[in-house]
Amino acid sequence: MDQLVIAGKSYSSRLLVGTGKYRDFAQTSAAIEASGAQIVTVAIRRTNIGQNPGEPNLLDVITPRRYTILPNTAGCYTAQDAVRTLRLARELLDGHDLVKLEVLGDPQTLYPNMVETLSAAETLVKDGFKVMVYCSDDPIMAKQLEQIGCVAVMPLASLIGSGMGILNPWNLQIIIDNAKVPVLVDAGVGTASDAAIAMELGCDGVLMNTAIAAARDPVLMASAMKKAVQAGREAYLAGRMPKKLYAAAPSSPTDGVIAPASQDRAA
Amino acid sequence: MIALIINGQPRSFPAPLNVAGLVEQLELQGKRIALERNGEIVPRSRFGALELHDGDALEIVVAVGGG
Repeated sequence: MDQLVIAGKSYSSRLLVGTGKYRDFAQTSAAIEASGAQIVTVAIRRTNIGQNPGEPNLLDVITPRRYTILPNTAGCYTAQDAVRTLRLARELLDGHDLVKLEVLGDPQTLYPNMVETLSAAETLVKDGFKVMVYCSDDPIMAKQLEQIGCVAVMPLASLIGSGMGILNPWNLQIIIDNAKVPVLVDAGVGTASDAAIAMELGCDGVLMNTAIAAARDPVLMASAMKKAVQAGREAYLAGRMPKKLYAAAPSSPTDGVIAPASQDRAA
Repeated sequence: MIALIINGQPRSFPAPLNVAGLVEQLELQGKRIALERNGEIVPRSRFGALELHDGDALEIVVAVGGG
């Protein structure tokens, strides 16, 4: 069976989803269910002291028993903050060590700061974390992150939350061709065809949040994304036909076509 | 009394106070949290043993929705 293997663990779903920007936990839960995702990202934030002590916790809805929880470092702008955040996450999740590293470079574009990302990755790998790393679509950066020991590299398709789709398939192709660890597109997917294109390129998976959460009907979009990732994967495995400017031969036989009406009358 | 900084906010509590006592006072017992004191993680197993001191800075975090 075709499985996604990350850090020695197999997953049947190649769609990874975030839990941000949903209306409420019920919608989060329904959308993730519809996506079929097995790996689900969460953020780590300060708890509201003294406010709503009875408030439900995300992990009561998206439980670590059912899903592989992937804590992220969203909002971190330095290697030091990212490392601290993930050490807290590991404590929060009882020693769980699969994490998503992302170190941002600027609050407007959310473009990754690769210098800080490389530094954080090095510290985290030495500290025993299994690091899935969000990165720019620079093939050399992706290779260096792999060499540091990251268990998956996750280049952006376009900027976080932009929904602009796959802007540089050629760079992604080079990253995929050179990688010995799974390559997942993380960020920029806007609709189902974007996810399918990523998978057709040979990506091992796709991680998305806003494309589902900001759809008019998030649960329906989650279902669409599930199918798009599956369809793209199957198309990649099937091997597409070569592109040609025009067909050398039509699909239907050229022999046995009935005579043109005008010719019959003439005979 | 001891003065603590919890998630950036100053708070005072009657002394003595250990981490387990603080967690209870904040009504966070039994919740999935992680806690850092002065930049160092405090494992849950040490909550009962670790005494807090005047001026300690604590970060208490939870998992929230995010991508």
